[in-house]
Parts: sequence; C-alpha cells; structure tokens
Amino acid sequence: MLEIKGLKAGIDGKMILNGIDLVIPQGEIHAIMGPNGSGKSTLAYALSGREGYDDIEGTATFAGHDLLAMEPEERAAVGVFLAFQYPVELPGVNNANFLRTALNAQRRARGEAELDAVQFLKLARTEAKRLAMPDDMLKRNVNVGFSGGEKKRNEVLQMAVLRPKLAILDETDSGLDIDALKIVADGVNALRGPDFSALVITHYQRLLDHIVPDRVHILAAGRIVKSGGPELAHALEARGYASMVPEAA
Amino acid sequence: MSIPSGPLAALKAAAESFVADYHARKTTLPGDSRIRAEAAALVAAQGLPGPREEAWRYTALRPFAEAQFQPARRAEPSAALLARLPAIAGTRLVFVDGRFHSELSGVPRGYRVTTGGPAFGTIARPADEKLVALNTMLAEDGAAIHVPANTDAGTVILASLGTGQSVGFHPRHHIVLEAGATLTLIDLAIGDGEYLNNPVLTFEIAEGATVTHLRLQDEGAGAFHLSTVYAEVGRAGTYDSFALTLGARLARMEVHARLAGEKAAAHLNAAQLLGDTPFGGGQHADFTTVVRHDAPNTASRQTVKNVLTGRSRGVFQGKIEVARIAQKTDGYQMNQALLLSPHAEMDSKPQLEIYADDVKCSHGATVGALDADQLFYLRTRGVPEAEARAILVRAFLSEALDPIAHEEARAAMEAAISAWWERRT
Repeated sequence: MLEIKGLKAGIDGKMILNGIDLVIPQGEIHAIMGPNGSGKSTLAYALSGREGYDDIEGTATFAGHDLLAMEPEERAAVGVFLAFQYPVELPGVNNANFLRTALNAQRRARGEAELDAVQFLKLARTEAKRLAMPDDMLKRNVNVGFSGGEKKRNEVLQMAVLRPKLAILDETDSGLDIDALKIVADGVNALRGPDFSALVITHYQRLLDHIVPDRVHILAAGRIVKSGGPELAHALEARGYASMVPEAA
Repeated sequence: MSIPSGPLAALKAAAESFVADYHARKTTLPGDSRIRAEAAALVAAQGLPGPREEAWRYTALRPFAEAQFQPARRAEPSAALLARLPAIAGTRLVFVDGRFHSELSGVPRGYRVTTGGPAFGTIARPADEKLVALNTMLAEDGAAIHVPANTDAGTVILASLGTGQSVGFHPRHHIVLEAGATLTLIDLAIGDGEYLNNPVLTFEIAEGATVTHLRLQDEGAGAFHLSTVYAEVGRAGTYDSFALTLGARLARMEVHARLAGEKAAAHLNAAQLLGDTPFGGGQHADFTTVVRHDAPNTASRQTVKNVLTGRSRGVFQGKIEVARIAQKTDGYQMNQALLLSPHAEMDSKPQLEIYADDVKCSHGATVGALDADQLFYLRTRGVPEAEARAILVRAFLSEALDPIAHEEARAAMEAAISAWWERRT
C-alpha cells in the first residue's frame, strides 16, 4: 500500500504540491489526471527521489518504507519504479548491460542471487518480444536514436524485467500512436495482480480505456480536488478540466 | 653575482646538470656519438622547455626541474611491479629503468628487433623539440623494430618498468614497417615511485603499412613521463593510436604525425584520467599533437577524453597543419572533459593551419560535469550512486575506447580504468 499524507514540495521557492493525500491499496491501479502545471510530474519525481525540490513536507510510505527518507536506488530496491515522461538517453551505455546492472543491483540490495548473462538475456528477450520490440533494441545504447514510441516501450520493458511493486507511469501515453499505446497498456496489464500497484499519470482519458483504473483522482494546483471511479475520467473527457477544477484552487 | 631563483633558473640548472651528466659519461654511452654530441650542444644552448614558449604555455616543467635524477643502473623489478603487466599475447620487449631486460623478454619471429643501444632513426627533430634533444643526448637503450614488406608482425608488447630509484632514463625506439607490413605495438609505461621516463619513439610507416599503437601510461605516483612520438606515414599507410594516461605526477605525451603519402591516415585518440597526487596538489597531464597533412586525400581523427578529479589539470593541444598540396584533407578533432571536482581544470587549445582550399577540417571542445538527469535515471533503476557514476564515466570514454579492435589490449585498458576508479572513490 502507498500512503501519501499532506505531501508538499516546491522548487526555486515556488510551491508545486500543496498537500497531497492519497492512498493506493495493494493491487490497485490509480490514475492521476490534471491540467498542465497541476503538479503531476512533480508528484512522480518526489515519490522517486529526484533532487532539487525544497520545502518537502508530509509523508509517503510504501509497504512500510518511509520513501522520502530513502535514496532513489533504495526506493527502486523496495519495488518503486518510475516510467519517465521523457526517458533519458545514455550514450555509450548498452541497453542490455544497463538493464542487467539495474536488475542485479536491485537483487543484491534485496539479498537475492544475481542473474548471469545467459539467464538475463533469456528474460530480457522474452519480455522484449512480448512488447513487440526488435531484438536489436537491447543491443543499442539506452534510448539513443530511439523514436518517442520506442523510448516509451523501452520504459515498459524495463518495468517488465524489473518487476516493480509500485509503478509510477508519468504520461507514458504521450507521443504514442494507438498501436503502441495498446502494446504499452498490455505490458502494464500483464503485471496486474495482488502484488502490483500503479499510479498512472495522464493528461487524457484514452490510456485509461486500455489500463482501466480502480480509482481516478483529479489534481489541480498541487492538490487532489476530486476522486472517483473510472467513470470520472469519461466525465472529464466530456466536460473538460474547467468543470472539475474550482476557480479558487 | 645574483643567486639564481624562480622557474627559469631551475630549468637552467636542471639542463646544466643533464649536460654535466652527459660529459661525465659520454665516452661510455652507446651508439652514434656525433648525433649525441650535436644534441648535447642543443641542450647546452637551449636548455629545457620554459613557460615562455607557446607549446609549453600550459605545462610547467618546474617540478621536474626541481627534482634530481641519477643515471639509471641495471635494476630488477619487484614481483608486484611485474604483476601489473597485463597478460596480452605477443612478443614482450621489457625495459627496466630504461634498460632492455632479456630474461623478461621474448624472441620475435619473422621480423627483426635490435636492442642494447639507442635506436635513433632519422625522423626525430632534436633541434625543434628540446626534450627530444635531451633524450638524444642521454639515450642508452631502445628497440629497433624492423618489419619486412607484407609481413604481419602481430603483437609486440613494449613495456617500460620504472622501479622508482629517482633515476632518469631516456629510451629511444625506432620502428620501421616496410610496404604492406602490419604491427600492433602495445606500449606500456608502468612504475612505482619517483623517476623520469623521457622516451622517444619514431615510426616509419611505408606504403600500405599499418601500425596500431596502443599506449597505457600508469607510471609511479611521483614519476615524470615526458614522451615524444613521431610517425611518418606513407601512401595509404595508417598510424592508428590510442593513449591512456592514468599515472605520473607530471605527464606530457607529444605526438607528431606526418601524413606524407596520398590516402595516409592517422588516428590519435586518447583518454586522460587524473586526480590528486600523494604530495598535495593534483596530477598534471598534457596531450599535445601536431598532425601535418602533406599529401592529398589524407585523413586524421582525434578523439581526446579527459576525466578530471581532485585538483588535477588536463591539457590538450591539437594542431592540424594542411599543406597547400594536401587537397581533400579530412581532419577531425574533438576534445572533451568531464570535471568531477570544482578544483579540476582543463585547458584546451585547438589550432588549425590550412593552406589548401578544398579541405574538410573540424574541431570541437566541451567541458562539463556528470549529467544529473542521467545519474537520476540510473538510480531510479536501482543502480547505487557510486556505480551509476562509474557507468557514466565509462560511457563518456566509450568513443575513445570502443574503436580499439585488439580485444586483450582493450580489456587491459578497461581493467586499468576500473582500478583507477576504485582508487579514486
């Protein structure tokens, strides 16, 4: 279970998150929707431990771990995964080596046996195939020369191999055509189960037709202003954010 | 009479001391005594490179001038030092404190190696490069390697071991490849403690011949490594080099490559990884190149990477000269530095002198820190910070390291870089 209480964060003296309260029970997928600048990405970054935020207040606990007190790699080792809105290019770093290094670092941190090159490649190839990714994407440098859609698929591949317990997907649908969107959604749905929770951040309802959330929350000006079932996303799509977001927020 | 002081006086005194050493030993020094005497006259007249010379603006030899070096004697390397020689298949030519050590060396097949005296060759220019004059005056040993036409000499490991007895040595090697010959020369300079290694290597590369010169400089922490390489490349010949600098307190590698025949090519890739010394202050390493395009359709490529920690200082000076006749020259030069400390410094000086009108020459330089977004990305995947930094440093070096086709040599370079990184963190 992820439990966020009164989470505040700012950058350069400007507050972005103004007190987020959110509970995602184990095994559930929640969506966060909101207009540009509402704090969606900041929430994702704050939960994954990006530096540069100040005035952080409140708590975020996941499976009993005080996330805000942990380094990014420690959060990863307890099962937190961030799928980046803009995946970072790593020139000179081979994708397969990168993923194997990451997987083994997490396994080491959890006291599990590391995978050797053969075991790892078998796993990575199986998952890549499931995501309709060409084999050579594993041989290329991380995200270098990848199209927007390939980068997003590469994020989902990492998620599939790393098997997180809590995935935060930051606008994973942006820049995807409908076929790629379905592939990505299938990748997330394949992980669904009692040990997998997700926070799906999106601007549009479209993705939520494929990853049907248990709950939908609307974020505005750094606060959750409305929560509901999947139907909330449809209402939002029909009527727009203006109808949902109080002027005063 | 005033008491001499300051950097110029120290350089002058050091030059005088080297000349005195020459005069004391000149009757016993092997090889051509006339070449040596001419060099001695140059050293006596010109001294050592000083801060007022353009080519030495960024590298001060004062710490070197203030150190005292005895003539090298026959020495045995410690087991620990020998263990630092990477296991690479090939013929070993081992020099200990600048002297050929036959018991540690192998026997070449299919080509000729002569040792026991300096291999002066004919293409070095003692009148232009003062350290080459110093080398010529005091050189005692070296390897003359001669590869006959259309012969693949395979891999030769030219290893210099410095035992750190505050000695100075000036090895002089000369390598000749006849037409169509090939050679991979793994050039290792490894040592402990304080000493001076001032080698000169000259390469004559005939038509269609290829030299791959892979250099690892991991000298002792108190050592001075001042090396000069000349490569003369004939028609369709290639001088393909990579130099990794890790060691020494003060290092300068100077490379003069002349593309003398049509379609000749030179690759002068390098990486300098520097940090603090045990004596306070940081390492200083200078990679200086002069590539002269003297024939049409010649190509040169230089990718130089610097990783600077602590108070270290890296220098890259790269000069590309294109003669009037050298139309269709393709010259490329890139120098990049990763500054991992606020106290590290990089000085970069590209120079293009182009006298032909139909050429393609480009150069670039960047200086930066590790990318915070890349670091964060790796850490969100569970990679601990120190490991993430190591991965990004290795990635930064990849453009210079990945082109090394010799697998064992590349593995040895990688291992030396990993060991360096472990020492620094």
